[in-house]
Amino acid sequence: METGSVVVDDVSKRFRLYRDKHRSIKERVLHPGRLDFHELWALSGVNFEVRPGSTVGILGHNGSGKSTLLKTICGVLQPTSGEVRVRGKLAGLLELGAGFEPELSGRDNIYLNGTMLGLKRHEIDTVFDEIVAFSELEQFIDTQVKFYSSGMYIRLGFAVAVNVDPEILVIDEVLAVGDERFQRKCMDRIKRFQADGRTIIFVSQSPEQVRAICNEVVVLHHGEMIYHGEPSEGIRLFRERLNETDGGPVGAAVAGESKDAPALTLQSLRLAAVHAGAPGNSGAVATHGGAQISVTIESDLEIPELNVSVELVSPMGITLARFSSEDLGELLAVEPGQTTVVFTLDSVPFLDGRHQVNVGLSTPGEGGPYVWLEQAAILEMTYAGKAEGLVEIAASIRLG
Amino acid sequence: MAANPPAEQVQPTRAERVGTGVRVVSAGVPLGRRFSDLVANRELLGALVRSEIKVKYKNSALGVAWTMVAPAIQLAIYGVVFGIVFKNGIPDYLIYIASGLLVWSFFSTSLLAGTGVIVGRAGIVKKVSFPREILAIATVGSQSIYLFLQWSVLALFMVVLGHSPDWSALPLVVVGFATVLLWATALSILFSAINVYFRDTQHLMEIFVQIWFWMTPIVYSFQAQVHERVLGTANEWLSWIYLCNPITSVVLAFQRAIYGDVTVTNTTTHLPYQVLPSWPLANFYELLGAVFVVGLLLMGFAIRVFSRLEGNFAEEL
Repeated sequence: METGSVVVDDVSKRFRLYRDKHRSIKERVLHPGRLDFHELWALSGVNFEVRPGSTVGILGHNGSGKSTLLKTICGVLQPTSGEVRVRGKLAGLLELGAGFEPELSGRDNIYLNGTMLGLKRHEIDTVFDEIVAFSELEQFIDTQVKFYSSGMYIRLGFAVAVNVDPEILVIDEVLAVGDERFQRKCMDRIKRFQADGRTIIFVSQSPEQVRAICNEVVVLHHGEMIYHGEPSEGIRLFRERLNETDGGPVGAAVAGESKDAPALTLQSLRLAAVHAGAPGNSGAVATHGGAQISVTIESDLEIPELNVSVELVSPMGITLARFSSEDLGELLAVEPGQTTVVFTLDSVPFLDGRHQVNVGLSTPGEGGPYVWLEQAAILEMTYAGKAEGLVEIAASIRLG
Repeated sequence: MAANPPAEQVQPTRAERVGTGVRVVSAGVPLGRRFSDLVANRELLGALVRSEIKVKYKNSALGVAWTMVAPAIQLAIYGVVFGIVFKNGIPDYLIYIASGLLVWSFFSTSLLAGTGVIVGRAGIVKKVSFPREILAIATVGSQSIYLFLQWSVLALFMVVLGHSPDWSALPLVVVGFATVLLWATALSILFSAINVYFRDTQHLMEIFVQIWFWMTPIVYSFQAQVHERVLGTANEWLSWIYLCNPITSVVLAFQRAIYGDVTVTNTTTHLPYQVLPSWPLANFYELLGAVFVVGLLLMGFAIRVFSRLEGNFAEEL
């Protein structure tokens, strides 16, 4: 095994959920057979390998076993069967501030937490200033952490975890807390980690975050791994399963496979065709040119109010824009048969690239989309100018 | 749909994996690896002991001096009750009690604190990965620090009273301490795990420790009270239970080394009075050695039980 790799080998984890838990000896003696529980396999037969230097996102809806898997990788939980093999120093951020001793000062906690993550005392001495600087807690470092705000907890926890120099960093959905500026700082740090060729295992509810930083995705569904591979397909599957668990009045909606010709296998609502491009010819769009996205919906039912949302995603996985018919003040009344809705975009500022168009259908007030199709179409942009970045902005300069 | 099937690879043996720094998380962890994990985490042990001591006396004016207060009060009470009220006739009675009581309170406090430690530190156990026995060991570790502090005060006290220990028997202190440390650690590890499943353990322990205290010759004399009156009489089974107490041998060793005087002059009757067993020192070593070996077996058993129960800690807490 190479340093920095993690092998999850046929890992299963069974939980026993007790309906009425007897803890005392008296009750166990009096009612030996009355232990009332049912079993839940939080993970069953999960198998995958994380190669050194890769960033793996773990996606799954609530209760899919994400956190259990992460805890197993970190060694907090032992699997019921199978094993996890880890080569290299692993730092886990399962919950920020876990392992902090509230009564101790920030300084003492850096040492305590650092040792828990496997550092020697003198090694902590060398990174101590960096940890304090990263956490921006210079003024409060000798304050007991019980007086810290949750944001301060998180800053300190993250600062320790990234500075213990792990070969493998495991992050649960902890970055959701903390202000935006610190979140950005954390993401920058995570990207530096990637650039150093370290391994990252990352759990997030946000497919966007996953798409932005991960080069592989593992999708869990009811404790089983249903996908391991490149992110966009994984995200598509994840959204699909999310919709399945949501149910909904329109009926279980399952998006189809094909990227170019979206003939969708829906029970009552389908996306028949999605086209994106220059008005009229559907070809490539020059920067600051106009574009049209047409969505053809096929329905078996009459739906009085349908919301169509469109998401544009850059080839790098950054969500560029998101708009919906509801935002634009238009909810569609769909008759049985085909309905086409056309979004007209004026002056699209994006630079060149093949941008992905994702389309979702939902009814207002019902939560998530019933139909979600990733890469329903490609919006190809061409650009002749010299600007760098994602968009071209008309800028001018004057002295004074 | 799974893109990456598990890679074909030769399964390395456990020893190889440990040797190459591969950490394996699985249901069964062999005993040898648990010990090597413990050794690898000794820095953490130090950090936990330090933090425990710091936390305990944070924001208290007397700080660590409080560790002296409880045993001092206990000593004073027993001194008054048995030395003055009941006149048991042992000269320098406070030193006699202290030589056994300090090591006993180390043992009993370790046991009580150790039993509750996994439940008490659920937050860490559920979120951070490390060999959890370390929590129990750290509790015993911080108690040993307090014991050393108490011993240094006792030493001062002995200088003031002009009572010298039996220098030739002093190595008994080292062997005795090693033995009691082993037992305290093993029992703490064992009961800390059991307490996660049966929370009654903590309360049973408190009662049990009370009984255990009076079954150990700390405030009374083994030789004068137990050996003469109980052993070899009709209550033979009672004698056996008494001798099975591993802490008896430890306390006897400490009394032999620190108090030192086997035969004294009774302070009330002014007659020769045999307080401690007159066995040759070798007998003490043999007794401690036997207790130590049993302690080692107990330790193996404790770690085995702990590792069986540990897998579900995060769920049970």
